Amino acid sequence: MARVVVDVMLKPEILDPQGQAVQRALPRLGFDGIVDVRQGKRFEIELDGPANDAALARAREIAEKLLANTVIEQYEVRFDGAVDSATAAPAAATSTSAERTAG
Amino acid sequence: MSARIGVVTFPGSQDDQDALRAVALVGAEPVALWHRDADLRQVDAVILPGGFSYGDYLRAGAIARFSPVMEAVIAGAREGLPVLGICNGFQVLCESHLLPGALIRNGGLLFINRDERLRVESTATAWTADYSVGQEIVIPIKNGEGRFTADEHTLDELEAEGRVIARYLDNPNGSARDIAGIANAAGNVVGLMPHPEHAVEELTGPYPGPATDGLPFFTSILKQLVAA
Repeated sequence: MARVVVDVMLKPEILDPQGQAVQRALPRLGFDGIVDVRQGKRFEIELDGPANDAALARAREIAEKLLANTVIEQYEVRFDGAVDSATAAPAAATSTSAERTAG
Repeated sequence: MSARIGVVTFPGSQDDQDALRAVALVGAEPVALWHRDADLRQVDAVILPGGFSYGDYLRAGAIARFSPVMEAVIAGAREGLPVLGICNGFQVLCESHLLPGALIRNGGLLFINRDERLRVESTATAWTADYSVGQEIVIPIKNGEGRFTADEHTLDELEAEGRVIARYLDNPNGSARDIAGIANAAGNVVGLMPHPEHAVEELTGPYPGPATDGLPFFTSILKQLVAA
């Protein structure tokens, strides 16, 4: 079984009022020097079969079609190293497979 | 012959009954459509109502966009079927890529529920012909994710092609260029965050008024369909 993590974030040019609200709360809690906070979504997808390029491609298709609205959001797809390094994926692949969608 | 105007009910739709009522008020035949049914029942136009379709899980309108009825609506819209998306319906139209841009969290993070002054910017659509350009109207808004956003190129294109159909006079949520509603290039598909179906009767419309400024959305489409 392959576990793929999809991180979805608003594109940098899109204002993120939720992240701003979090940022504004931090100084009141004693956390100084926070320059920026942006909030996103993380999906953990478990797929049948080995953690290979095909699994990553399926996850990418899911992200493109449903998980992200690419008008306003960008996504990254990668294996969850903690799970997959114990099964199939070479360690190097887990750390380098993160991909960023074109703007 | 009367025109048949369908209103889709998704799980989580809230304003489908108000939209059906508005359709009946202007003398068209209201037709209830169901999200799981790909059959549009020979309607002449479709309204996607406000609410929180499928709980707005993931993103507002994101799940509704893949419902069976939307496959039919999308195919119809590309062939010229008039479609009006109100509030959540506007979000569904953007998620469907029938309209450009997206509706995101209001600038102040608050859910805003109030009567809103708008200026009509285009009457060259199936749904706004009964207004006049520059007319100021009052229509309620009620949303948490109503801030229209699109890249600068898209915004310039919408303006240049006259596809901004209404603007806020007092921008409530940070919408780009005060945009409250837009149309597709053909003018058959219109999306609007404010709720014209809540401004069609003296008793329940904005108080102290004008209470019925939303009616022309419904009379516009009826006239076009009857004339066709």
